[in-house]
Amino acid sequence: MGVKGEDAEATAALSDSVIITQLDKIVSWGRKYSFFLYPFITACCGMEFMSVAGPRYDIDRFGAALPRFSPRQADLMMVVGTISHKQAPILVKVYNQMTEPKWVYAYGACTVSGGMYDNYATVQGIDTLIPVDIYVPGCPPRPEMVLDGLIKLQEKVVRERHVKETKGVSPVGEADDRIVT
Amino acid sequence: MGIAEMIETIVKIGFIIGLTIGFFAPMLAWVERKQSAVMQDRIGANRADFFGFTVIGLLHSLADAIKLIFKEDFIPRGAERALHTLAPVIAVIPSLIAFAVIPFGGKYTLWGHEVNLVIADLDVGVLYVFAISSLATYGVVIAGWASNNNWSLLGGLRASAQMFSYEVAMGLTVIGLIMFYQSLSMVDIVAKQDNFFHWGIIWHWPAFVLFLACAVAENKRVPFDAPEAEAELVAGYFTEYSGMKFVMFWTAEFIEMVTIAGLCVALFFGGHHVPFITDAELAGGFSFLGPNVSNLVAMLIGVGVFIFKLVALLILQMTIRWTMPRFRYDQIMKLGWKMILPLSLTWIFIVGVGILTGVMPSP
Repeated sequence: MGVKGEDAEATAALSDSVIITQLDKIVSWGRKYSFFLYPFITACCGMEFMSVAGPRYDIDRFGAALPRFSPRQADLMMVVGTISHKQAPILVKVYNQMTEPKWVYAYGACTVSGGMYDNYATVQGIDTLIPVDIYVPGCPPRPEMVLDGLIKLQEKVVRERHVKETKGVSPVGEADDRIVT
Repeated sequence: MGIAEMIETIVKIGFIIGLTIGFFAPMLAWVERKQSAVMQDRIGANRADFFGFTVIGLLHSLADAIKLIFKEDFIPRGAERALHTLAPVIAVIPSLIAFAVIPFGGKYTLWGHEVNLVIADLDVGVLYVFAISSLATYGVVIAGWASNNNWSLLGGLRASAQMFSYEVAMGLTVIGLIMFYQSLSMVDIVAKQDNFFHWGIIWHWPAFVLFLACAVAENKRVPFDAPEAEAELVAGYFTEYSGMKFVMFWTAEFIEMVTIAGLCVALFFGGHHVPFITDAELAGGFSFLGPNVSNLVAMLIGVGVFIFKLVALLILQMTIRWTMPRFRYDQIMKLGWKMILPLSLTWIFIVGVGILTGVMPSP
């Protein structure tokens, strides 16, 4: 983005006394390295999630270690494991309760597409319920894949701009009872 | 109050606020993260960089702060809006103002002006600390009640019961020390620990163990974190808090840690005193610099020694936090009322007998 005409003069005049930067860049830098996870763990992928969080793969290296079990304090919802239709309203409710900005990480084949459970009881991909930011397939995905997915999500967060940030409530289900101040 | 004293007080308040909020609160957030990583054989946060410099993960605290400032500020429906907003403030303030009576150095004469390195030299400093620490309960209870959430309320109730129980025991653990030093003033107590063999820890180490246990329980950190037990209460009394308000509760916790460490240093570890060297000897050692500069050097060494002891006790508290599992709630109550309280009463009796018979020579 080049600066022309009067803007260039103004920039030159102010360059000694004013630091011009983009708030977006700083904010997304902070967000990128500070995911507070909400572990929504329902099934066997949870074992692999423990491995990712544990000493061997250590998700804390990327600044995403702190699990907050209150959705108000979480940024990144890790949906780990099969979501049945009975579980779906709970998932939507927790998503609606999360405060902005929020991201969703579909962890494992079941969350991506229903996986091998192609039947009446299982949600065929959580993106039918809530917006998903990153899909990591695998049954279960290897920890390396999960970390790669996290790095890709960080790159995505850097590209996001403020105007687009609010995700709002889920398009399905009832809106959460909340006052936004 | 003259202008010089006014400036002196403002500088001291600035120093304490800078030390607690400015330095120790973000540093402890980093230490908590990094120490847990080291103790669990992990690497820990190390990716946040600034032009390629990661500064051993220190920038993650900055990233957290930036993110939390720009996080949505949330108030649930049906919440008591004013109190919901006020509660984090009420939680932070007492932990900060308790530091006012903790001496972080001795008395020094600099260029004809006597500097006493404590913000408020109260005659009843120890009582003041207990009075203020019981105020901290309000922030937690109000947060729990104003959130209009069952888990918050339960967390708040647990926190209030726990803090009141341990306040009783904590007050009693210090009685023996007050009898020994025959003063309620923190400045006097520190001054009487000039001799290494009069340090609180030498004569009163059982009281120190009990005091530290009570203090950690007051601070509601692991192993006494039943008020925010994730497995039972989601996040306890701050379940409905997001962004900076939620972090203010954590900041309060960290500042309380510093205050606890400061209290332990002042009561048990001789404050700013270097073992086996009195203040006069320390200043005398630099007498070739002239009386004023030698006093200044002694003052700086004293403050440095105080901070060194503070850091050692903070690391001890961190290690306790990452070593212990959480107590069950009834176990916390039993420990407080049935073990620590009788033990501290017994200790008062022992100290009384010791002072009467002359076994414990009161300084």
